[in-house]
Amino acid sequence: MHIPDGYLGPATCGVFYVAMLPIWTIASKVVKKTLKIRQVPMLAIGAAFSFIIMMFNVPIPGGTTGHAVGGVLVAILLGPWAACIAITVALVIQALLFGDGGITAIGANCFNMAFVLPFAGYYIYKAVSFKASIDSPRRIFAAGLAGYLGINLAAFFAGVEFGLQPLLHHAANGQSLYCPYGLKVAVPVMLGEHLLVFGWVEAVVTALVVKYLMKQSPEFFAERGESL
Amino acid sequence: MKITTKCWIGLAVLAALSPLGLILPERFKAGSAWGEWGAPDMQKLVGYIPQGLEKLSSLWSAPIPDYAFKGWEEKPLASLSLAYILSAVIGILLCVGVVLILGKLLSKE
Repeated sequence: MHIPDGYLGPATCGVFYVAMLPIWTIASKVVKKTLKIRQVPMLAIGAAFSFIIMMFNVPIPGGTTGHAVGGVLVAILLGPWAACIAITVALVIQALLFGDGGITAIGANCFNMAFVLPFAGYYIYKAVSFKASIDSPRRIFAAGLAGYLGINLAAFFAGVEFGLQPLLHHAANGQSLYCPYGLKVAVPVMLGEHLLVFGWVEAVVTALVVKYLMKQSPEFFAERGESL
Repeated sequence: MKITTKCWIGLAVLAALSPLGLILPERFKAGSAWGEWGAPDMQKLVGYIPQGLEKLSSLWSAPIPDYAFKGWEEKPLASLSLAYILSAVIGILLCVGVVLILGKLLSKE
């Protein structure tokens, strides 16, 4: 889901950088207000976890690859704003150092994976685990469902961003200037592969870690205010 | 053992296992992720390289492209796996370092 340089035109890249600015600003304010020093190592672990889980490319035999993001898990444990910061750090390092995701597309990639994914996942988890006791199995189900839906929503947005390009930009001879696949291809492919395969990876990773932490460290699931 | 200690161990295990993310796609001939092809693949897929894509795709030259060292493209899978693990370790350390600095700037006493 890491959109490379050259797939999105300048207008799309610009719009998503502009969209991310207030999100990053609010995220730093919320985190500044709520983050306690002892929670900083957990936030660092969250960023590193998201980074490493994205390296586990899962194959669709003979076709393509994809991966989990781990971002819904970070959002469940630390809140969506802190997750936004952690995933942004991972995505920026991936783009700058490893060329995974374009530098012009950092805004768009962060919008999909560091904003849509953790926020959708967090609120789905909250809704489904509403009033569940700290050791309730409903939390595990809620975490899996939140992971599945969160990454699929992010994939849908990525598909729309890809798919808008042929509408926005083409050369005089009709050839596309950027991503050549329109909405009718990009959205079903991005969404389809995540609905069928990669969404389940995010679901299983999220649910298993939540299950483990419910036993090992139940304080993560005590009711608390918005984020952190 | 503290939960953070367990998490650090977990990250180390994931880094050691990370070449699975390289070997499994290779084993199952899975190709690139959708929408993440290089310019030459685009020629094969749609018969031309979109002009804007051709220009922008070489905009940034990452120091460790695709989690492999430059010039290692033709190396055997074992070497690529080693580069992958080193990339994982470098990436984890950088993520941790950046967040610790951000945390210092953002957290309250």
